[in-house]
Amino acid sequence: MEWIQQLVNGISLGSIYALIALGYTMVYGIIKLINFAHGDVFMVGSFVGFYSIVGLGLDFFTALVLAMIFCAIFGVLIERIAYKRLRNATRIAALITAIGVSLLIENGFIFTWGPQPKAFPDIIANGSFEILGAKISIKSILILSISITLMVILQFIVHKTKIGKAMRAVSHDNEAARLMGINVDNTISATFAIGSALAGAAGVIFGLYYTKIDPLMGIIPGIKAFVAAVLGGIGIIPGAMVGGLVLGVIETFVNASGFSLWRDAAAFVILILILIFRPNGIFGKNTREKV
Amino acid sequence: MMKRIGKVIAASALFAGLLAGCGTSSGQSGSQNGDTIKIGVNLELSGGVASYGTGINKGVQLAVEEINAAGGIDGKEIELISVDNKSDGQEATSGAIKLTDQDKVAAIIGAATSGNTIAQVEIANDKKTVLITPSGTSMVVTVNEKGKLNDYAFRTTFIDPFQGTVAANFAINELGVKTAAVYGDNASDYAKGLGAAFIETFEAAGGKIVKEESYIAKDTDFRSTLTRIKSAEPEFVYIPGYYEEVGLIVKQARELGIDVPLMGGDGWDSPTMVDLAGADALNNTFVTAAYSDEDPDPIIQNFVEAFKEKNKEAPDGFSALGYDTVYLLKDAIERAGSTDSTKIKDALEQTKDFPLVTGALSIDENHNPIKSATILEYVDGQMKFNSKVNPE
Repeated sequence: MEWIQQLVNGISLGSIYALIALGYTMVYGIIKLINFAHGDVFMVGSFVGFYSIVGLGLDFFTALVLAMIFCAIFGVLIERIAYKRLRNATRIAALITAIGVSLLIENGFIFTWGPQPKAFPDIIANGSFEILGAKISIKSILILSISITLMVILQFIVHKTKIGKAMRAVSHDNEAARLMGINVDNTISATFAIGSALAGAAGVIFGLYYTKIDPLMGIIPGIKAFVAAVLGGIGIIPGAMVGGLVLGVIETFVNASGFSLWRDAAAFVILILILIFRPNGIFGKNTREKV
Repeated sequence: MMKRIGKVIAASALFAGLLAGCGTSSGQSGSQNGDTIKIGVNLELSGGVASYGTGINKGVQLAVEEINAAGGIDGKEIELISVDNKSDGQEATSGAIKLTDQDKVAAIIGAATSGNTIAQVEIANDKKTVLITPSGTSMVVTVNEKGKLNDYAFRTTFIDPFQGTVAANFAINELGVKTAAVYGDNASDYAKGLGAAFIETFEAAGGKIVKEESYIAKDTDFRSTLTRIKSAEPEFVYIPGYYEEVGLIVKQARELGIDVPLMGGDGWDSPTMVDLAGADALNNTFVTAAYSDEDPDPIIQNFVEAFKEKNKEAPDGFSALGYDTVYLLKDAIERAGSTDSTKIKDALEQTKDFPLVTGALSIDENHNPIKSATILEYVDGQMKFNSKVNPE
């Protein structure tokens, strides 16, 4: 059953997109900024995972947690250093800054550690089992379960905790939230921390699943995740999850129908179509512009 | 990134060229007394691809030492005149001008890359001096874009498509497969050349290509295309490309349960390949190469031993090609009975089944060698000599 196999391939790819897309969408939701440096946080997460496994000899899950913590701090630093002072600047200024930060991280990384790709160690057993003729590897299951777990935790944080409530309030109305005594700066930082931690986790998973990591690895998945976020409706958390999975599956099926060279094009055609016909995305509400 | 590195190299090469320019004019060797045969060497001894050039140079030096120790060519010793082209095309051109005008060499060996060889081809044709590149694989070195033969340009290594032909013959004759899939890099001429030659030979020999797919360089996810390939159930998959992607393809193919033999060209050859694919996944994969230092053939073992004694390291493919180039030239000069370049060229064109380290070699009408290729097999992450395949 080829299509079941392809569906598994697509969901694995899609859950990585979804994890990255969550960070995009959360940051956009709260400060209306497309954080183009997000793909590079993903890359940094991958390398932290790599060095904690190869250098420190940690096991996969410890490396995953370490990469998430490191990326959370890294994300907050980016926000505090680069974006905070631009909070009242024009949105285009913040956007250009984000692109600048992205280039800085990429080239800084190349400068420090060199441009050579590294091979992520194969520390999860290469087992697989067959369901209905499809060969499903342990890794695919692991990726999917880690992604789902993280998404459940995220939903819990956003809906059941105080900081989640603050995040929702700030994203709804920044000024009103401040008047209600919410510390807006800390809330924004927390959003960056959570989004970046998810990207870090995606980086480690990506390394495990695709083996090759390099300093420019964040660019394409970053852009794809952005498309996924827009597809689901930017600023909407369930939208990013669904958008990521849908995009992964669509890409895989474009590939599977023999148009392997059109795969990247398909993602951007989707972006264009969504922007033309449903700019608010799958989950977006048609809100009228306030006067 | 590469552009910037290129600029830095170009700038430093320019600067080094200014310095070197002062030295070379005084270093002119005036031995015009006729008891040596002058051979120019125009190689990448520094710069971006210095490892290719220095590898060739070590082979060349060894061969010349051996020949001179055995009494030279027709009683005349070989005198090497070396030019470092600093991995730069312009330097290669001016080096070729110096070697032909000033040193009046009988032939030029070099350069290692196709680009730096092409930079000398015009000079070689104008000055009617034989130019042999040990390792330049581009078609354009010997036959220009308009399809016209570059009369004085030759090469020692096989051209890219030849590897595809060898792989197809190996798959059909040695592995006994009837169906194959081809999965190659869609943007590189190298991979396309190998793939096209493989398909042509494989089908001509009665095999069936059940799937033809391509990938984009820098891609990381090959699973969906590999799933398609798997469902076509080929008995063999040919993957021409470079190790960065091929490593991942091999790994993902094995994970998806594609257990058939996989094969590729010399683009697979890198230590990183084993890191990316994993030693297990690489079992039952094969690579075409110019030469293997494990080949039990005595001509190869003698070379490996002599090389190790002189350089305290095992020779790579470039050293073997450099070594062979000197012997190829020696053979032609002996048969020409003269150091007149036109006669050497005519003799080179007549080369037939001349035994060399990288295989018995004949020169075809396009100045490309027809020779055997070596098949290497990955066994637990090590490249092992498998067999030698003769053309046709």
